[in-house]
Amino acid sequence: MQLSARVLPWLVGLTAVSLILGLGWGFFFTPDDYKQGATVKILFIHVPAAMMAINAWIMMLITSLIWVVRRHHVSALAARAAAPAGLVFTLIALVTGAFWGQPMWNTWWEWDPRLTSFLILCLFYLGYIALWSAIEDPDTAADLTAVLCVVGSVFALLSRYAVKFWNQGLHQDSTILKVGEKDPLDVAYYVPLVICILGFVLFFIMIVLLRTRMLIRARRLSVLQARERMA
Amino acid sequence: MIALLKRDLLLSFRAGGGFGLGLAFFLLVAVLVPLGVGPESGVLATIAPGVLWVGALLACLLSLDRIFALDYEDGSLDLLATAPLPMEGVVALKAVAHWLVTGLALTLVSPLLAILLSLPPVAWPWLMLSLAIGTPALSVIGAFGAALTVGIRRGGLLLSLLVLPLYLPTLIFGAEVVRRGASGMALTTPLAALAAITAGSLALLPFAAAAAIRVNLR
Amino acid sequence: MMPDLGKYTVAVLGAWGAALVLLAGLLAVTLWQGARMRKALALAEARAAAERPRKPEQAE
Repeated sequence: MQLSARVLPWLVGLTAVSLILGLGWGFFFTPDDYKQGATVKILFIHVPAAMMAINAWIMMLITSLIWVVRRHHVSALAARAAAPAGLVFTLIALVTGAFWGQPMWNTWWEWDPRLTSFLILCLFYLGYIALWSAIEDPDTAADLTAVLCVVGSVFALLSRYAVKFWNQGLHQDSTILKVGEKDPLDVAYYVPLVICILGFVLFFIMIVLLRTRMLIRARRLSVLQARERMA
Repeated sequence: MIALLKRDLLLSFRAGGGFGLGLAFFLLVAVLVPLGVGPESGVLATIAPGVLWVGALLACLLSLDRIFALDYEDGSLDLLATAPLPMEGVVALKAVAHWLVTGLALTLVSPLLAILLSLPPVAWPWLMLSLAIGTPALSVIGAFGAALTVGIRRGGLLLSLLVLPLYLPTLIFGAEVVRRGASGMALTTPLAALAAITAGSLALLPFAAAAAIRVNLR
Repeated sequence: MMPDLGKYTVAVLGAWGAALVLLAGLLAVTLWQGARMRKALALAEARAAAERPRKPEQAE
C-alpha cells in the first residue's frame, strides 16, 4: 500500500507522457499507408489494446494461481482489479477493429477466427466479473474465481483452436487479414506503435494499482463495519 | 456409488425433475426454427447441424442448476462430503446421472428431429455419434459450472453466463462433424477433437468441480 | 494541425473517439470508486476511533 502510494504519481506521469507522445505521434505525424490509407492510424490503438486484452487475462491467471498457492489476499484482489481493465481493452480492440473493417473489408463484423476469439474472450471477462460480484464472502469469491480463471484459460485456448479450425472448414482465410501482420512494419509506424504499447501497459498497471487500492480499502471497510455490528 | 446414481436418476424422473423438460425443449427448438426460418428444405438442411447442436446445448443448460442446488439446500451435499466417497467421485456420478437423462436421451431422439429439419439421412449416424461423444462433455462442464454457483441464490442466469463460453469448443466441433457428415467430407479431425475435449474434461473437470464444492461448503 | 484523413475520416475518428471514451470511462469509474471508498473508509475509521476510548469507561 505504501509502496504503491509512492510509485503511483510517477506511474501516472509516465503513463500520461507515453500515451500522449505515442498516440499524438501516431495520430498527427504518421504517413498514410499506400493500401489502407488513413485507417492505418487505428493501428496505434487497436494493436496495444488487443495485446493488453490477452496480457490482462494472463496476469489474472498468474495472480489467481498465487492466491491459490500462497493465500496472498492482495494477489486475489489484483486479479479482480484487472478484470474490468481487460474487458475494456477487449471492447476497444473489437470496436476499433470494427471501425477499421468497415472501410477495409466493407463489413463491421466478420466471423474471422481472431475476431471470434476476442468476442469469446469478452464473454469470459463478463463471466469472471459476474462471479466475483455474485459471491458475498470474499475468500470464497477469491477461491471460486481463481478456479474459474484457470479452467477458463484452458477453454479459452481450446476455443481459439476450435475457432481457427471452424472457419478454415467454412472458407479460405481472407488474405487481406495478413496485411499489417506478416508484412514487416515500416519504422515510421513501428516507433510510435512501441510507445503506444508502452503507454497501454503503463495505463493497465496504473488502473490495476488504483483498483487494488480501492478493493483493499473496501475489504478494510467491511471488516470495520462487521466490528461495528458486533459492538 | 451405484446407490447415489440410482437416487439421482430416480429424483430426475419424478415430478420436477429435468427429464421430460430437456427433451421437450429440444423438440420445441426443432419445431420453432423451421417456423421462423421458412420451410425450404435446402435452407433447413444447411442450418440443421448447427440448430440441432445449439438445441442440445440449451436443453442441457436447462437442467444444470438442478445438479447440485437441491442437494445443497436440503443439506445432503454436506452428508455426501463426509461420506467415504471422495467429492470428485460424487461430482462425476452426478454428471453421469445428468448425462443419462439429458445427453443420452437427446442422442436417442435426435434422428426424429433431424427429419423435421430435413437433414439428409447420410448425416444421421454422424449426428447421433457426435451427440453421443459430445454431450458427456456438456454434462461435466455443466457440473463444474453448477459447482461454482451452487452457493449463490438465483444463480441460474450466472450459471449460463459462465458455462456457455466453456461450451463453445464442443459446439464448434460437434456441429462441424455433422456438417461434414452431411456433405460427405472427411470428418476424422473434428471427431477426434470432440472426443479429446470430452475425454479431457471428464478426466480433469471433476477435480476442479470438487474443489469448488468444498469451497462452497466451507 | 489536423491531418487530412481523406475518405476515412469517419472510420479513424470514430475508432479513436470510441477507444478514448472507453479508456476515459474506465479511468473515471476507477477514480470515482477509489474516492468513494476512501471517503467511506475514513468515515468508518473515525467512528471506530471515537468508539475505542469510550470502551474502557463502559467496562468500569
